[in-house]
Amino acid sequence: MSVDKNTVAKIAKLARIRVDEAQQEALSGELNQILGWVEQLSELDTTGVEPMTSVVEMTQPLREDVVNDGHYVDRVTKNAPDSAHGFYAVPKVVE
Amino acid sequence: MSNLTHLTIADALSGMDKGEFTARELTEAHVKAVEDTRALNAYIVETPEIALAQADASDKRRASGTAGVMEGIPIAMKDLFCTEGTQTTAASHILEGFVPTYESTVSGNLWNAGAVMLGKSNLDQFAMGSANITSYFGNVINPWQREGSDAQLTPGGSSGGSAATVAARAAMAATGTDTGGSIRQPAAFSGIVGLKPTYGRCSRWGVIAFASSLDQAGPMTRSVRDAAIMLEAMAGYDAKDSTSVNLPVPRYQDALTGDIRGLKVGIPKEYRIDGTPIEIEKAWEQGIEWLRAAGAEPVEISLPHTKYALPTYYIIAPAECSSNLARYDGVRYGQRVEGKSLDDMYENTRAAGFGDEVKRRILIGTYVLSAGYYDAYYNKARQVRTLIANDFKKAYESVDVILTPTAPSPAFGIGEKMDDPIAMYLNDVFTVPASLAGLPGISIPSGLSSEGTPLGLQLLGRAFDEETLLRVAGVMEQAAGFSALPQLIAGGK
Amino acid sequence: MSYRIKGNTGDWEVVIGLEVHAQVISNSKLFSGAATAFGAEPNYQVSLVDAAMPGMLPVLNKEVVAQGVRTGLGLRAKINMKSVFERKNYFYADLPQGYQISQFLEPIVGEGVLTLDLDGGETRDVGIERMHLEQDAGKSIHDQHPTQSYIDLNRSGVALMEIVSRPDLRSPEEAGAYLRKLRSILRYLGTCDGNMDEGSMRADVNVSVRKPGEELGTRTETKNVNSIRFVQQSIEFEAKRQIKVIEDGGKIVQETRLFDPSTGTTRSMRSKEEAHDYRYFPDPDLLPLVLDPAWVEEIKKTIPELPDEKKARFIKDFGLSAYDAGILVTDRDRAAFYEAVAEGRDAKLAANWVMGDYFGALNKSGLSLENSPVSAKQLGGLIGLISDDTISGRIAKEVFEAMWESGKDADVIVEEKGLKQITDTSAIEAAIDEIIANNPGQVEGYKGGNERLIGWFVGQTMKATGGKANPGMVNELLKKKLAE
Repeated sequence: MSVDKNTVAKIAKLARIRVDEAQQEALSGELNQILGWVEQLSELDTTGVEPMTSVVEMTQPLREDVVNDGHYVDRVTKNAPDSAHGFYAVPKVVE
Repeated sequence: MSNLTHLTIADALSGMDKGEFTARELTEAHVKAVEDTRALNAYIVETPEIALAQADASDKRRASGTAGVMEGIPIAMKDLFCTEGTQTTAASHILEGFVPTYESTVSGNLWNAGAVMLGKSNLDQFAMGSANITSYFGNVINPWQREGSDAQLTPGGSSGGSAATVAARAAMAATGTDTGGSIRQPAAFSGIVGLKPTYGRCSRWGVIAFASSLDQAGPMTRSVRDAAIMLEAMAGYDAKDSTSVNLPVPRYQDALTGDIRGLKVGIPKEYRIDGTPIEIEKAWEQGIEWLRAAGAEPVEISLPHTKYALPTYYIIAPAECSSNLARYDGVRYGQRVEGKSLDDMYENTRAAGFGDEVKRRILIGTYVLSAGYYDAYYNKARQVRTLIANDFKKAYESVDVILTPTAPSPAFGIGEKMDDPIAMYLNDVFTVPASLAGLPGISIPSGLSSEGTPLGLQLLGRAFDEETLLRVAGVMEQAAGFSALPQLIAGGK
Repeated sequence: MSYRIKGNTGDWEVVIGLEVHAQVISNSKLFSGAATAFGAEPNYQVSLVDAAMPGMLPVLNKEVVAQGVRTGLGLRAKINMKSVFERKNYFYADLPQGYQISQFLEPIVGEGVLTLDLDGGETRDVGIERMHLEQDAGKSIHDQHPTQSYIDLNRSGVALMEIVSRPDLRSPEEAGAYLRKLRSILRYLGTCDGNMDEGSMRADVNVSVRKPGEELGTRTETKNVNSIRFVQQSIEFEAKRQIKVIEDGGKIVQETRLFDPSTGTTRSMRSKEEAHDYRYFPDPDLLPLVLDPAWVEEIKKTIPELPDEKKARFIKDFGLSAYDAGILVTDRDRAAFYEAVAEGRDAKLAANWVMGDYFGALNKSGLSLENSPVSAKQLGGLIGLISDDTISGRIAKEVFEAMWESGKDADVIVEEKGLKQITDTSAIEAAIDEIIANNPGQVEGYKGGNERLIGWFVGQTMKATGGKANPGMVNELLKKKLAE
């Protein structure tokens, strides 16, 4: 499995990180190096091994259905780079 | 009172209890020490006003007989913990200017216990790194130098600022977080004690996430007793964190009995890795001898999947981080770089806001989770993680603790290993397996390398058995008698 | 009779599967303590968790889990005692975490069944593939600013159930019947209010076409259709579009489409599609959800009688037709109302009155059962008067109108207005005698063989008795007298 420039471009797009054409080459080298290294896991036979979902041997705790949070527009919008009328504002989305 | 900054927490608490000095005086000494050691770049933000106000409040509480377990102790708060009203950045540009409207559970626990905040300590960006060279706010400098050299060394990472300021006697202690070794490795590089508790022991609520299934907060101190005191303040069940475990928090200091007779100490043969410097091996042998001399029984054990831990970690941690860091999108907080469309804005913001290592890990994580690769990478890594956890389970059937070196080398120079990500990743070879298994580990300084820089030994324990871990660590600390001081230190050496 | 669309190359069959997103009734959100109520000020019902502030963590709402289990039981489905929440990763302005917490490989509910009520009282079973719990997204508002969209996160994190049918539906009508039945069941269970216009229920519509008996064709998915009528329109449009594409020699592309209610058409959202790769993985902030069997048993005990069982009981106990029973059980309150009316009365007569005059009056006056002027007990009283011949069916209508106006009981109105039926033979005979005497022409005509004139005599007699004469007796006596 090898990550070429196109793959770098594709995953960068998925991750919403702009990567210039010039950086793609370098990144593809670095990613290949790392992926080549982690590939050693394939030598292990893991047939029938349960993949770990959580290291805590516990099940999901449940909370009572009560309204005890929210109702503080200022606390959730205080740090917003752009907001108006209590909304967050972003560049217009065309559907 | 000139040596207030050299006290341990335990000594400072007793000094204040006896009225020898006040929290205000102790804090003033540390505020000055923080200023004196600015060359280390250990803080992103210093908060002297908050510290002094907290100290005054602390003195009042002590006077009224309601002192907490960390009453009046000035500490550094890793800038990964959200602190209400104080900028929290994770050492990233993307969160520059972000002022949380809430307080993380662990930092809140510490303030409730009476601790005083000196500032937000520097770290590797989003806790990703082992040398504290990925911070947007600059490298942290290790207060230790090699004998006869003033070359700048790394304090380790990611909790590098925390380690450096504690080692430099500018803070009595600091919080750290450990995902793959980020408390233990910088503790080893900086000659201090660093404890990563069992996953689930300290709440993750309000701690900026790197890899959720691994992240765990813990204390960084100058003594094992101090680590016990601080852990008691930090730990506890938190209903706001689904992975927090509902177990009572013991008085960890009580575990420091000094008696480890009859305990079985596992020595994993797989941790003898080719290319490990002789002096690391020797320090390990020395540690084994100390424990044997104290009446414990060293036992060779096997953790057969050890060599797969690092590659497993470098699939799981990036995968989780790629998703955890998706929320930094320039919409609700932090930096935004405008663009002509929403996607444009996202891409500009994230390209400008994240550093290279963070981007690298997000891209790796995105790749290993993407269609067609999930099974080969991510699911495989989860299976191997099960095997690694099983290795430890089996080992703990026959031993009580495990002793290993903390890191494969002493502190290295800033600039070394920088162009090879994998060489950098190998720093965590001894710390990552226990992280994957969620087990507690502690690094304590065991001596100096041939270069005159600290070396650390790591003890690993059973899940939620921090007490045994601390007990053995206390005995080893006693035997090691580590008292060397770094070169760059508040008030001078 | 199967639904077929005629093409140039012959008849086509339509294959439909529905993925319904139903908002779970709960006070607080799936993973936070913020409120779920509809219509709050922007970002008012948003917690730090819903806004995905750094370091925030989800904690699962117990009631939502119970609602999920209830729904699974109501769909006669397998309850998975262990399920896992995963992250579905994608970027969108109203998705603050950059991922939606959902269930993927291990949903809380597995396979189940839903019975469609079709025309003429027929039924047909449709397979339910699965049901899982997930977070709703926030809302983007595009029309408030020329160059910006505004984001409101009030809905962000509200619990949804995604109920996925098997591709067992074969016509727009069946799709409509499926949605109506599903809505009915969810309302019975109290797990979703089913208000499609408030967005509490939306459907993703999967459509493909094939020649009968052939393999399944490639499907398209039309997203977020928010009324039953629109679902049906989108199916019809999409099926015809696909047939045309195929008959013109083209191929159907598996894609996501958008329904435009103003034109009744669907269009491709391919631009959105290209980069989608959701990178599902188990959410490391959450642990596997393991249900306590005893708790599931407890929940089972709280499941009410559902429409299918109720319908069967109405048919068996009340002798109703499948069609009538089907209509009466659609709504839980209406079914209960009917039962209250029918108690101790003629059940069929009660059904006719409830479905006919009563629901008609409700609709006409825009009222609901709760604020109706006539209670079930009162309507039952009226039906009692009909059954014991106190009044005739025709008079009953007049009485009912008066009840609706005044809210008074039927017997009071009958008494006040003197509407009691005349069952005294001599009184009716007297009236008949007079009519026969005064209308020799009609009598002659009747006797001459024009038997339809009997109707005229009945009308005259009823008129003469102010409509109160027992119609059966009038008929009988007239025939006897005219034969003399």
